[in-house]
Amino acid sequence: MRAKNILGIIFSNMYDDCLHELTALRTMASVPFGGRYRLIDFHLSNMVNCGIDRVGVVTKGNYRSLMDHLGNGKPWDLSRKRDGLFLLPPFNSDNSSMRRSRMDSLISILPFIESTDDEFVIMTDCNVVCSMDYSELIDFHLKSCADVTICCKRGCRPELQDIMTFETDENGRVEKLAISPKLLSECLYSLNIILMRKSVLERLIAEAVSLNYTKFTRDILQRNVDTLNIYAYEYKGFSRTIDSLKSYYDISLELLDRENRKQLFRGDRPVYTKVRDDMPAIYGINCKATNSLIADGCHIEGEVENCILFRGARVGKNAVVKNSIIMQGTIISEGAVLNHVITDKNVTVTQGKNISGAESYPIYIGKGIRI
Amino acid sequence: MPRKQECIAMLLAGGQGSRLGILTKNIAKPAVPYGGKYRIIDFPLSNCVNSGIYTVGVLTQYQPLELNDYIGNGQPWDLDRAEGGVHVLPPYQQIKGSEWYKGTANAIYQNIQFIDRYSPEYVAILSGDHIYKMDYDKMLTYHKKKGADCTIACIEVPWEEASRFGLMFTDETGRITQFEEKPKNPKSNKASMGVYMFTWSKLKKYLIEDEADPNSSNDFGKNVIPKMHEAGEKMYAYEFDGYWKDVGTIDSLWEANLDLLNPKVNIDLDDSSWKIYSKNFAAPPHYVSAEAKVENSLVAAGCEIDGELDYSILFSNVTVEKGASVKYSIIMPGAVIKEGAVVQYSIVAENAVIESGAVVGEKPENMKDLSEWGVAVVGAGITIGKNVYVPPKAMIDEDMKGGN
Repeated sequence: MRAKNILGIIFSNMYDDCLHELTALRTMASVPFGGRYRLIDFHLSNMVNCGIDRVGVVTKGNYRSLMDHLGNGKPWDLSRKRDGLFLLPPFNSDNSSMRRSRMDSLISILPFIESTDDEFVIMTDCNVVCSMDYSELIDFHLKSCADVTICCKRGCRPELQDIMTFETDENGRVEKLAISPKLLSECLYSLNIILMRKSVLERLIAEAVSLNYTKFTRDILQRNVDTLNIYAYEYKGFSRTIDSLKSYYDISLELLDRENRKQLFRGDRPVYTKVRDDMPAIYGINCKATNSLIADGCHIEGEVENCILFRGARVGKNAVVKNSIIMQGTIISEGAVLNHVITDKNVTVTQGKNISGAESYPIYIGKGIRI
Repeated sequence: MPRKQECIAMLLAGGQGSRLGILTKNIAKPAVPYGGKYRIIDFPLSNCVNSGIYTVGVLTQYQPLELNDYIGNGQPWDLDRAEGGVHVLPPYQQIKGSEWYKGTANAIYQNIQFIDRYSPEYVAILSGDHIYKMDYDKMLTYHKKKGADCTIACIEVPWEEASRFGLMFTDETGRITQFEEKPKNPKSNKASMGVYMFTWSKLKKYLIEDEADPNSSNDFGKNVIPKMHEAGEKMYAYEFDGYWKDVGTIDSLWEANLDLLNPKVNIDLDDSSWKIYSKNFAAPPHYVSAEAKVENSLVAAGCEIDGELDYSILFSNVTVEKGASVKYSIIMPGAVIKEGAVVQYSIVAENAVIESGAVVGEKPENMKDLSEWGVAVVGAGITIGKNVYVPPKAMIDEDMKGGN
């Protein structure tokens, strides 16, 4: 089913804390990923690829970079007269603190939700990387006559606060919903992509306001496991949940696997992002690049192995960069050696410096730092 | 009526570019891919925007489908404007009948109404055949300072090549004293770049006169410019010293692409103050595998490289499989070079497939007779079968079935 009548809501700041290094200056939504993307690109693209043309992006703080990235929504074809992209920053109508939980956010954007005539709502966070065909999710939702359908994945649960895990019957109906349980084994955990009828969401929010509920997971979903038809939709394709800098690093490098890339970057479901008009990457004489993902605008004169190079990164002569994530505009000067490093945007590593982290503990170098 | 503009540009994009052979079988020359992610027309369009010219008429005639689609509403070049913007101008039926654009001057003549809507003081006439970065605003300033009626951009070309161009002689003030169209024994090496700045009132007068002349071939270089010169109009040469290349032939297209890999050649596409904009397609960064060997090359997004790459330009979404080798070649979007295939000194057009073991093109040093050598071209969507040999200079327009 195409999703003309679905409203998309993206929470841009959820779980910022788990990646505090990268989100100190930005939202989770605008964390750079995969050589040329921001995390929100995957969710915006998932939505527009299945026909959703009205998307609200809920922000809390530090959203300058996100606004810069989204602009008027043109790259996702969301610059429209009707519908399109809506930024939903916090406003100070009540005494709401800057904490802005999911519940607070939903309450404050209720007028926006009510203003649309869509029938359904899909809500997502940004710390999950996946290319999902929502039409399958929608079909599942309709077929199961669910009130709420939550996408989930089987595996070890991410180290996040407030992460839901499920036990279901054979049809996927949730019988038990736990929040961040201590589990060592594999379980069915939430990807926090949630589909429901808009009228149901509106009713639940109204209820939360009247009863002073504060937690969406605990007070709305967990409390209603018996009264609502909550279904878990197990997603079997490529999806990864970022829960720490280490997992960000590992998941990034997983893109070097061809199979993973095939699932994430599909010809029939492109991932759209802001255009920078860089020239194609240039490889110099005597350079060496292996097992790496390299974006437009890069200049490679040294050696690169097992790396993700973002747009406009430079690797100078005799520099050796291994197992690293080099973000936009980073300059690795002549003879520098980097191993297990994440450089944020516009870092400069001067000549001959040697920086090395460990596979289990990559070193992070903050935005604009010169070493 | 639209607001008055000081200067607008008219871009001649209707040419077939017949010397590019099968590369322009289904697309107009300005739509020919260049430099890994661009098309030739990106250069004049980006130059316009970077020069502050936001009203551009693009005159199309030959195979306009792909070009129209590419230009769209002009958004990639910031030419989707409330005032002005880019307009595609095909020939159209008029009350006195309908006709094709008979020549470059006639194409502009047929669009006098379009130009007059903006009542410009000046009109830049550009061609969609060249790779160069040029500030038309500087040229306009020069044109105004000289009080010229027509300013022609010119560039010094090597003497041995001068006979291929329209040449000019100037006095010490830069005023043009004489023209020579492709002379056998050139006495000047100042070649016209096909970039003109006209004072519109003057040009309009000459276009109307030219149209009334039944003996005219309605061409700027052959008719209008010499006429203006004979009549003693003030015509100046504007000297340009940067990279400029006509990409009208297979060899020059191939060369102009490989120029991007030559550090001695002064064409920097990485200059953030003068970006060349293009329509971007959503593709992830390209991937070079552990077996790949890439040197001296330009690689666009979405490519997957397992083979060997040297002195080559890869457009988006090209696949080079394990053991394949690509050297001194231009591989256009979506082409696939299968395992063990060799592509050298070649242009492989969009979505062509080179099956395993095939060999396309030849090194010049392997030729007994160098005059037999040339760049091999594989047309769009063509499959070169297993172990097939495509000789140098060949132009392959039909699938070639392979052996085993």
